[in-house]
Amino acid sequence: MNNFSDISEQKLISSVPKNFKRVLFVCLALLVLCAIASLVLGSRVVRLQELLDGLFHPDAESYGANIVRKRVARTVFALCCGAALGVSGSLMQSVTRNPIADPSILGVNTGASVFVVSGIAFLNISAAHQYIWLALIGAAITAVFVFGIGSMGRGGATPIKLVLAGAATSAALSSVVSAILIPRSYVMDQFRFWQVGSVGSGSWSVVLTLAPFLVIGVVTAILTAPALNALALGDDVATGMGVRTGVLRLISALAGVILCGAVTALAGPIGFIGLLATHVMRLVLGPDLRVVIPMSALSGAIILTISDILGRLLGSPGELEVGVVTAFVGAPLLIFLAIRSKVRSL
Amino acid sequence: MRNDTIAFIMSGRRQRRRRWVLVTCSLALLAVLLCCAMLLLGNTIYPVKEIVRALFGEQVKGVSFAVNTIRLPRMLAGLFSGMAFGMAGIVFQTMLRNPLANPNIIGITSGSSAAAVFCITILHSTNAVVSVASVVAGLITVLIMYLLSRGRSFSIGRLILIGIGMQAMLDAVVSYLILISAQQDIPTALRWLTGSLNGSQMKELPPLLITVIVLAPILIALSKHLSLLELGEQSASSLGLNTDKTRIVLIVSAVAMVAIATATTGPIAFVSFLAGPIATRLVGAGHSNVVPAGLVGANLVLGADLIGQFLFEVRYPVGIITGLLGAPYLIFLLIQMNRKGEL
Repeated sequence: MNNFSDISEQKLISSVPKNFKRVLFVCLALLVLCAIASLVLGSRVVRLQELLDGLFHPDAESYGANIVRKRVARTVFALCCGAALGVSGSLMQSVTRNPIADPSILGVNTGASVFVVSGIAFLNISAAHQYIWLALIGAAITAVFVFGIGSMGRGGATPIKLVLAGAATSAALSSVVSAILIPRSYVMDQFRFWQVGSVGSGSWSVVLTLAPFLVIGVVTAILTAPALNALALGDDVATGMGVRTGVLRLISALAGVILCGAVTALAGPIGFIGLLATHVMRLVLGPDLRVVIPMSALSGAIILTISDILGRLLGSPGELEVGVVTAFVGAPLLIFLAIRSKVRSL
Repeated sequence: MRNDTIAFIMSGRRQRRRRWVLVTCSLALLAVLLCCAMLLLGNTIYPVKEIVRALFGEQVKGVSFAVNTIRLPRMLAGLFSGMAFGMAGIVFQTMLRNPLANPNIIGITSGSSAAAVFCITILHSTNAVVSVASVVAGLITVLIMYLLSRGRSFSIGRLILIGIGMQAMLDAVVSYLILISAQQDIPTALRWLTGSLNGSQMKELPPLLITVIVLAPILIALSKHLSLLELGEQSASSLGLNTDKTRIVLIVSAVAMVAIATATTGPIAFVSFLAGPIATRLVGAGHSNVVPAGLVGANLVLGADLIGQFLFEVRYPVGIITGLLGAPYLIFLLIQMNRKGEL
C-alpha cells in the first residue's frame, strides 16, 4: 500500500459528500410522507377531518380518530425499529467488513427468538422489559457463534462463509423454536404475532421500552463511525492510524447486537432492513460511515414503514406481517449483491 | 510386477464392491424394519396377524381403518419421499461437487413448496395439477438460478448465495399465501413450512410412487456417469461422456423427484442434505452412491417420524426432528470445510 492512496482515501472520507444536503432533504420529506401515509392508509382509510381530529383534538370522539390514535403509536414504533435495524446493519457490515451482513442473514434474530421463546416457556416471563434482556443475550451469543464459524480457515470471514454459517445456525435454532412451541399452545398463542415479525403490537409503552436501547445503540454507532471508517481501509491501516481494532470491533458489534436484539424482542424477527438501508445509502452517498450510519437510520425507518403500509394494504382486511414484506424486498438485493461481487471475494 | 498391481487393484475393487453390497443390504433391511414399525406402532398395537390380514384386504374391525387408512399411507409417504429426497440430494451434491449444493439449501424445495401452497390454497387444484405445478416451479427455480449464477465465471459460492436469497423470497411467498388462505386450508398449508407425514392419504400418493418408481431407475442408470462428472467437466468429456445431455437428464429427474416429494409431504428439512454425506461415509467415496443415499433418506424420514410420534409426550412433525438432527451436522460440516479452506 503506498502513501498516495492512503492520503487520497483520507481526503475522500474527510469531506461531506456533495449531494448530502439534497439526500437528507429527500429522506426527511419521504419520512414525513411515510408517517402520514402510515396514519391514513390501512384496512380502513381515514378521512382528513378524522386524521386532524385524531392528532390534535384529544376529545374528538369518532371511529376514525380512534384509529388514527392507534396508528400513531404503531407508526412511531415502526420508525424506531427501522432506524435501529438500519444502524445495526451498517455496524455489522463495517465490523465484519462484509457487504452481506444483516442481523437476519447472520441468524442473530433467530438467536434472540430462541432465548425469548425459552424464557416464555420455561421461566414464565411475560413482560417486554424482561424478555428484551433475554433477546440481547441470545443475539450476542449467536453473533459470536456465527462470526466464529464464519471466520475460521483461510481468508477470514468471507461473505459466503458468514452467510452459510448464519443460514445453518438459523435453521438449527428455528427447529429449536418450533420444538419448544409446538407442545405449548399457550406460548404459541402469545408468540404467534412474534414469530413472523410485526410492528402491529406497537404502543407507547413498547416505544418507551425500546427508546433507551435505540439511543445507546445509535449514539455509540455515531461515535465509533470515524474509527470504523479507518477500519474499512484494513486492520493494518487502522492500527497505523491509532485505532485499537479489537476494542472498536467489540464496542460496535455490541451496539449492533443491542439494536437488533431489542427490536427482535419487541417486534419479532424482521429481516433485510439493515442490508437494504445501508446499501441504498452507500449507493447515493458513498462509503463515509459518519454520513452513512445516521442516514441508514433514516432510510431504515422509511423502508420499514413503507413495508408495514404495504403489508397492511396487501393483507387487508387482516394484515401481512412486515417481516414477510421486507424479505420480499430485501432478498432480491442479496441476490443482486451475490451476482455482482467478484468470485474471489466470495 | 504388473500382474501384482492389477491383482491388487482388482482385490481392492472386489472389497469395495463387497462393502457396497453389504451396506446397501443392511440399509434396505433397516428400511424394511422401520416400515414394519410404522405399521405396528400407534395408539393401539394390534397383533401382527391381524395387521397382515388387514393389509391383504380383509375387513378386520378397527384394524383395517387404522392400518390401511392411517398407518400404510404414512409409511409409504415416508418411505418414498425419503428415497426421493436422498437420491435427488446426492445427485446435486455430486454434480456440483459440494455437499452444500442440495435442493434444500439452494432453494429448489422452496420453489416447489410455494407452487404447491398456491395451487392448494388459492386454486384448490387436484393432486395431479399440484404435482405438475410443483415440478414446473422447481425446474423454473433451477433455471433462474442457473441464469443468475452464470455470469463470467461460475462459482458454487455465488450459486449458494443466490439460492439463499431465492429461498428467503419464496418462503415469504409461502407465508403470504398461508395468511390469505381460508381458515380451513391453513392446517394443510402449514405442512409446507416444516414438512410432515401427518394426515397422509392414500389418494395423495400415486404421483409420488409413480415418480420414484419411474425416475429412480433412470438416476441409478446414469449414476455411473455421475461419478465421471465428479471428476470434472473436462475429464468427463474426454472420457467420452456427453456431459450436457447427461446433466440435463439428471437435473430434470432429480428436480422432479424433489418437487413431487415436497408436494406430498412438504419440505422435510435436511433429508436431501444429510442422505448423501451419510451414504458416502458408509460406502466409501468413488462409487455410485445413489441407491444407498436413497435408502439412507428413507431411513432418516421413517426413523425421524417414529421418534417424532412416539418418543415424546407431544407428536412432533417429522420435519422438526430432521431439522434438529440435520442442522448441527450442517454446522459441523461448515466448520470442517472452513478449516480445510474449501469455501
